[in-house]
Amino acid sequence: MNKLWRGAATPSARLAYLLLLPAALVVFGVVLYPAGRALVISLYDVDSPFPGAYPWVGLRNYTAVLSDPRVWTAAGHTLYFTMTSTAAELVLGCGLALLLAAPLRFRWLFRSIVILPWALPTIVNGAMWRLILNAEYGVLNSVLTRLHLIDSYRSWLGTDPFLALNMVVLADVWKNTSLVAFFLLAGLSTIPRELYEAARVDGAGALLAFRRITLPLLVPTIAIVLVLRTIEAFKVFDIVYAMTGGGPANGTQTITFFTYLQAFSSQRFSVGAALAYLTVFTVLGLAIVYLRLLRQGELRAR
Amino acid sequence: MSDLQPFSRRRLLQWSAGVAGAGLLAACDVGGGTSDSGKQGAGQGKITALFMQQAAYSEDDVRKMTAAFQQAHPGITVEPTFVAYDALHDKIVAAAPAGTYDVVLIDVIWPAEFSSKKLITEVSADVPDSWQTGMLGGALSTAKFQDKFYGIPWILDTKYLFSNTDLLARAGVDPATLATWDGVLAAARAIKAKKLVAYPLLWSWKQAEALVCDYTQLVGAFGGTFLSSDGKSIAFNTGGGLAALEFMKKTLDDKLTNPNSLESLEDDVRKTFVSGGAALALNWTYMQASADDASQSKVAGQVAASPTPSGTAGGPGVNGSMALCVTSTSRNQQASWSYISYLTSADVQNAYAKNSLPCWTASYDDPKVVAANPKVVPAAKQELAKLIERPQVKRYNEISQVLQVELQNALLGKKTPKKALDDAAAQATPLLA
Repeated sequence: MNKLWRGAATPSARLAYLLLLPAALVVFGVVLYPAGRALVISLYDVDSPFPGAYPWVGLRNYTAVLSDPRVWTAAGHTLYFTMTSTAAELVLGCGLALLLAAPLRFRWLFRSIVILPWALPTIVNGAMWRLILNAEYGVLNSVLTRLHLIDSYRSWLGTDPFLALNMVVLADVWKNTSLVAFFLLAGLSTIPRELYEAARVDGAGALLAFRRITLPLLVPTIAIVLVLRTIEAFKVFDIVYAMTGGGPANGTQTITFFTYLQAFSSQRFSVGAALAYLTVFTVLGLAIVYLRLLRQGELRAR
Repeated sequence: MSDLQPFSRRRLLQWSAGVAGAGLLAACDVGGGTSDSGKQGAGQGKITALFMQQAAYSEDDVRKMTAAFQQAHPGITVEPTFVAYDALHDKIVAAAPAGTYDVVLIDVIWPAEFSSKKLITEVSADVPDSWQTGMLGGALSTAKFQDKFYGIPWILDTKYLFSNTDLLARAGVDPATLATWDGVLAAARAIKAKKLVAYPLLWSWKQAEALVCDYTQLVGAFGGTFLSSDGKSIAFNTGGGLAALEFMKKTLDDKLTNPNSLESLEDDVRKTFVSGGAALALNWTYMQASADDASQSKVAGQVAASPTPSGTAGGPGVNGSMALCVTSTSRNQQASWSYISYLTSADVQNAYAKNSLPCWTASYDDPKVVAANPKVVPAAKQELAKLIERPQVKRYNEISQVLQVELQNALLGKKTPKKALDDAAAQATPLLA
């Protein structure tokens, strides 16, 4: 008799398993089964959406993907997008969290306004920014010309691939800063006020208190936000789809967008599956590194 | 909670992996889903159809046609869905295994791919000879691959040159000079010199199929071809293909082309053109009706359509036709066939000629059709006689993606036109096999 069986013998445990069953079925149906299926597909050469017999190619899809220069270009864009958007969201989110934590009147109002961008679906956000940045009738051009910051209307998404990539970053930062801010706000509220009072008694200014108290005690929250946002940013797809379609000259093409094109536009489903698996492994690697850093930080804190 | 402890996370993972593995072994085919071939059906019941929401017949047009069809066929109900052109192909592919749609609208560049992967049904036996002789050649090729029919042509379209006659007159340009691309450039220079608009020319050069359509039209004008005459190697990096890209780049360098063209699709071109922001633009038939509609246009009544200009060679327009097909997974193929036969019939097409001209040769002499679109029909009669095709190959989409990127590399000045097209040819050659 193994441990599990003995454990399941008690009535409360049996009820617990019963209650877990629906969730387990859902997880199996929409996560594990498709994931396993994709792994199988990535080892064949599936070139149509229908079931059937397809040639076995082993790991050839993986080697083909890794030796494709387009993949590395897209990976470079993804890396840039991930790093800049996460960094900007963290810095801006931290500032926003401090503001929202300040004892202001109508604080509830500000807090609800700030969460609005995050509540917007990403595809809507992408479409909105495409209109804002439109070269012919976009709001941004109008505002900047009226402020005399630029002489005439200019293109933001069409004529400079790197600028277009940065504009996609901007749109992502606008949306996700609020999420980061709310995580950090939650972290801030766990810091005991006495620490600040003690610091003030010792003659520390606001900046010093931020550096020596706020920041160190926020590290666990920052780490969690970092893990979440890095992984999310790495998988960026819909905002690119809505804003630029990967252009100009592939300047905003990211890994997941390239994966989508390979699978659905080119009907190279196996290449798409291989790419998806490589993305999963990369994200998994990132998560493990982050979690290890986080655990070390916790140990040190003890 | 202590009695739950033995069921560790590790054990949960092991269990899940075991179950997942068993599930995979149980499934016999690689692709996923069940093998499910289509059925003829009883010619009655509900069918679903996938259309696009961009150029040609408007959503409103299609809904009216569908309502009339349902009235004539009380046993059949049709549920139309509309997506952007750029989502159409992928939606057809993704929905195929589930058999979501009975009828799909396909572009002229997809029959090779869709027929070889059996997404659409062959209908050669059902196509009467009268259609083959009664429809224009450009339309017929839309639904045909290797001499077999996979659908019925429904949209026969090509890009015409639209001009703002008010701006032309104020710059003293004779509209007759727009018959050649040299004349178009001279007109653009005159308009720019008078400072009537900053950039007289506007194109749909966004990284999308739209860019390849504009390029194709110019390849035709400069006498180029996409493939060698045996169809086995790439030819767009030499002769007319190269001249076309050099022409495009030069209009940008001379500041005659609006640089925003690189982020514009056809509808962006339409919006700018109808607000008076451009003097000359290539676009599909539907732009005329929109430009003459005073409720959405500032240039109503001062827009002319002319056949696409000639370059060093004649001026064939790009074949931008589309066809209606019955999907291979449809379980109601007979009813679907009645529906597409109705939509493509000459009577229906003639009645909605304002946004999209009919596929039928005889329609162009029908006074009702001419009256519906008096400005485009004369140009169409001339241009539809000869169209240039994008290559009819199974991996067209991939070749097009490569071409889009390299064309933009040249237009953005990151590569010379020759280098960009050579690079595109190198990447496209293995895709021809």
